[in-house]
This record gives sequence, C-alpha cells and structure tokens, in this order.
Amino acid sequence: MTETWIILGATSSMARAFARAVARDCANVILAGRDAKDLDASAADCRLQGAPFSQAARFDARDANTFAPIIESATALEGMINVAVFVGSMPTQDQIDADPSLIAGTVTDNYAGPAAFLQMIAPHMEERGGGTVAGVGSVAGDRGRIGNYVYGSAKAGFHTYLSGLRNRLTRSGGHVVTVKPGFVDTAMTWGIEGMFLVATPDKIAADILKAVEKRKDVIYTPGFWRLIMGIIKAIPERLFKKLSV
Amino acid sequence: MIWNTLTYTGWGRVHSATAKVARPERTSTLAAAQSEQSAPAFGMRRSYGDSCLNDGGHALDMTRMDRLLDFDPETGILEVEAGARIGDIARRFAPDGWLPAVMPGTGFATIGGCIAHDVHGKNHHGAGSFGQHVTEITLMNGGKLQKVGPSKGAKLFRATVGGMGQTGAIVSAKIKLLPCKGDVITVTERRIENLDHFLEALDNSQSTYTVGWVDATAKGETLGRGILEEAETGYGLVPDAKRAKSVPFNAPKWALSNPVVRLFNASYFRRVPEDGRTSVKPITEFFFPLDKLLEWNRLYGKRGFHQFQCVVPITEATVLRVMLDKIGREGLASPLAVIKRMGPGRAGLMSFPMEGYTLAVDFPNRGAAEALIAELEEIAKNAGGRIYLAKDATLSPAHVRSMYPDVAKFAKLITEIDPNGAYETDQTRRLNIRSHA
Repeated sequence: MTETWIILGATSSMARAFARAVARDCANVILAGRDAKDLDASAADCRLQGAPFSQAARFDARDANTFAPIIESATALEGMINVAVFVGSMPTQDQIDADPSLIAGTVTDNYAGPAAFLQMIAPHMEERGGGTVAGVGSVAGDRGRIGNYVYGSAKAGFHTYLSGLRNRLTRSGGHVVTVKPGFVDTAMTWGIEGMFLVATPDKIAADILKAVEKRKDVIYTPGFWRLIMGIIKAIPERLFKKLSV
Repeated sequence: MIWNTLTYTGWGRVHSATAKVARPERTSTLAAAQSEQSAPAFGMRRSYGDSCLNDGGHALDMTRMDRLLDFDPETGILEVEAGARIGDIARRFAPDGWLPAVMPGTGFATIGGCIAHDVHGKNHHGAGSFGQHVTEITLMNGGKLQKVGPSKGAKLFRATVGGMGQTGAIVSAKIKLLPCKGDVITVTERRIENLDHFLEALDNSQSTYTVGWVDATAKGETLGRGILEEAETGYGLVPDAKRAKSVPFNAPKWALSNPVVRLFNASYFRRVPEDGRTSVKPITEFFFPLDKLLEWNRLYGKRGFHQFQCVVPITEATVLRVMLDKIGREGLASPLAVIKRMGPGRAGLMSFPMEGYTLAVDFPNRGAAEALIAELEEIAKNAGGRIYLAKDATLSPAHVRSMYPDVAKFAKLITEIDPNGAYETDQTRRLNIRSHA
C-alpha cells in the first residue's frame, strides 16, 4: 500500500532532497511550507520522479490555522501517514542579543510549531496503527554553546519532545526517528565561514531514509558527528563554560 | 541574498576565478539575487576553459535549481529547471522509452549549460545540435522573467542558444525528448587502421550514434588510427552501470607522460578484437563513458589541461592529417582524442557545429601545449573551420571574428540587452566579444 509523507518546511534544501528520495520510492508526498509557487515546482518534480500523488500545502509554524487542512489532505489518502519535519529558523546569536524578542519566534519555528502539528496528527497515526515521524533536530541541540544557544535550546526542546512522542507512538506500531545533522551544504549555511566536513542534502536524505527503514531512534548524519558530539558532551561543564567551540 | 566569495575553475582547471557567488534554490531567490546584481550563471562547470569564470566579479551557481517541472507523453516535451543534469534526465526517462534528443559526452552537464554552449552529441550528423530540440527558454534578465522560443522571441532565442550566458540567466527550458527502445545500447566497435579509413568509415556509417576514438600518439602509416563506435538504443537486460569511482588526488606529471600514453593507447586499440565486436551496455556507459571516473580532471595534475576541439569543412579534411601529424610529433597528447562527422545542424548565432569533421584532443597544461594549440587554431581558421567555445581557453579575438560569421550580430544584440556588461565572463572579455559589434 502506498505510504504518504507530509514534509514540513519543504522548501529547505534537505527537505527537497528527502521529498525527491521518497517520491522515487513511489510514496505520496504533501509538501508543506510558505513559498507556494516554489512548492508547486517541487510537487511537479516529485510527481515526475515517481510519486503517485503530490501536493503543495501551506504551512506556517507560527500559524496553527494552517495545520488542519494538511492533516485533512493526508487522512483522505489511504495507507500509512509519515511526517518529516525540516522546519526551522536560525537567527544569529548577535541578532538575538540585539532583539531578545526573536527568541519566541525561534522557539516556535524549531519546536513549538512542529510539535503542535505532530500532536494533532498523532491520533490519526495511532488509528492507522503505524507510520513514522522523522524529526530533524541539530547537533546544536546537544549542548548550549556561546555561538547559538537559543537555536540550540529550541532544538534540544524538540529532541526531548520527539523522545516522548517515540515513547507514545511505539505503542501503536508507529516510530519516531530523531535526526541530528552536522554541517550541511544548504541555502541556510551558504557563505557561513568555519564549516568543515560539510555534507550534501542528498547524503542527509539518504541517511534519514535508511534510518526510517531500520527504525533507528536517534541518528547523527553524517555518522561521524556521533563521535564529535560524544566528545563535546563529555567535556565537564566546569571546563566547557570557558570554551568557545 | 548571500554572496559567497569562492575560487573556482572550469573542468580544465588551467584558469581559476575568485568571484562572489550566489546559489539560489528558487525562482524568487534568483530574482532577489539578480535585482541586487546581474551576474553570469554557471552550472556544473563542465566547460573546459573560462566560459564559466568571472574573476573579480559576481556569478550565479544554478545547480540547486534542478527540478523536473512538466512532461507531456504525447509530445515528449519536458520542462525542466536549468540546473538539472542531462544524465539524470536520461536515467529517469530511458526506462519509459524517452531520451534527450541530444546528449553531450558528460551526463553532469546541466540543461542551462547545454543550451548556452549549444552542445552536440554522438548523433549530431542526424539529430543536429541541442538547441534544435529546445522549444522554449525562460530567461531571467535583471530580475524579470521572459520566455523565448524558435518562433516567438526568435532573435533572443538564437542569441541565447550557444550564447554563453550573455543574454541572462537561463531559469528553465522545454526540451524535446525522442522515443528510444529502452535503456540499453548495442555498441559495435571496430579497429580503424588510419585516418583515410577513419573518414571513410565515418562517412559511410548508417548508425544513429557514431563516434571515433583516435590514437593521437600514432605516427606515419598508422596516423589517425583508432576505434569506431556505432550504437543503437534497444530493450534488454544488462547489469546496472557500475558505481562511479573517484580520482582521489592530483596525479603526478609522469601519469600522462608520452611513454605512458603511448602504451595506454596501444593497448586500448588492441582491446577491441581485430574483427571488431558488438556488446550491449547500459546507455549511460556509452553516452558518458568518463562519468564512471569522478573528478578525472585530476589525472592531469594541479596545472590542469586544455582540450582543443575544432570542426573543419568536409572539403578540408586533409588538414586533419596536418593537425594529427603535428600533435604526434609534439608528443603532448593524452589518451583522450575523438573524431566525429558533424552535420550542418546548429541553432544559435554562436553555435559551434558546421557540416564537416570535428576533432577533439586533450593536452596536459605544460611545455609547448599552448603554442601547439595556437598552431592548430590557425590551421582550423585557414581551413574555414572553427573552435568550440565550450572547450576554449586560448582563442584570440581576431580568430573568433573569422570563425563565427554572426559574431557582429550577436555582439550588437547582447550590448543592447546588457549595456554594462554584467554578464561578461573571463572568456567574453578575452575574446573581446562586444567589440565585434
């Protein structure tokens, strides 16, 4: 039976690569985001790549009114419903220092918005007895660092939420994968200095898909970030507070 | 829009440019970038010389705009974003019985690049050039979208096809796919003993796809020997194309030194049995033989390489002997040398093809390579031939004027469209294209 993937934040580089990958595997896709014209182009691409059904839908993490129509479209289709969450925003720490009110939006984009959406769709997934959520967090959520701790804390909140949702959905046959990408070559990171070991969006998409198939709980992508973050997490706070990594 | 300062090269890696590069992923961000700063666009940078370079300026990397937009199975017309790669399109549509009408020698070339260089393929004698199968181009010029085609907006269309990006950024295009029997190809390879036999065999070939590999190190009686490949698409089952391997680092100088190349070429020639052979392969192995080896340009070391490619009229075929003789004597050639019969098909003012024979030879960038290429260019010019701008890094303004009869018309038009030269590249500056108006 054909599965459906709802892709939140579908205009992002990683989301686009992931949508194309699931379309090639002949899944239905609902591409949810804010740039309608661009999403129409991606929906056409997914159809031509192999998706039997593809549709653009409006999603704004800061506007809960946009959630229900997406859930309606998905539940109108037969088969398991999966959700991949790529939505997020990353103002620089400097911008946030200058205007602390940006924190609320950052938390909504990276955590509160997508969590509210998942909370709404979870009963439908339970009803169908399966389905997978792939939630994209960040290695930045593993530890608060001076460079971007607001973004990091929002992602950390999302990680914890996903952990709880996994606990819930597993009881009805569903699954949740928490994805922690390292540096990825996207429009968001284009031109940012000091990036190293940068992965392509296609590589991340392939890793996520593999993790979904193998029902992994938490993945780092590319995989070596598990090692890097293992070291960073092991540094005692007494020492870490003096570092700027 | 974020402009990232990058140092980059074309495929030949002889020249590099440092430019502020934007990489839009959507039409809206492309428009934002262009209204900030009009700049020449590039794709996968598979052109060899400096046609994708804009040293000290701005540039647009189009590779992230790579979506398929529409396909009509009635007409075979595919609408696609400019950054999509021709090999990906072939792999996607061949199993359904469709192939791009024209494909260059690498599947990594983007649709935008194929249009901007009006590329040709192994079927040029029958199918013509890439631009002849383009039914519409969406251009972006200063943040504004514009559609041109062979009948509507023909003037701008003919300046865009083969126009080296000088009319604005190609955003998307409608290209015609042709029916094929399936995604395998039957290839017949034959040894050819010398140049005369080669020209005769090329003239007599009845195949849809024909290409000749030449041993550019052969001299005397065997001058111009090589292997003729003729192919037709078909239906069948073959093992999947092998996974591509990568050249991990710049090769040392001796890797492509004359004795090594001579040895390689001799064994490559004998690889095909004396009586020839026919084999069945995945299409991509025939169309894009070098794509199996990612970053093969590193084989030429960090100084890079040049590719000389000319076409000469049929009546001037004898100059090919002069060229191959000079190349053989210099001992600079690499194993990559190709000969093909071209038809008259071309779609743009600055398109390369003309009815005749085309010869392409790679030279590592060392010693007398540039001097040798200058001599070969002179021979091509005197024979009424021309040099392929997609490969070029050395041609002079005077030569481009005598080789490209429509350059004045082209120069006039692009000067009108782009009076400030925002789309100029290192190549158009070197060739002083706008001065020919």
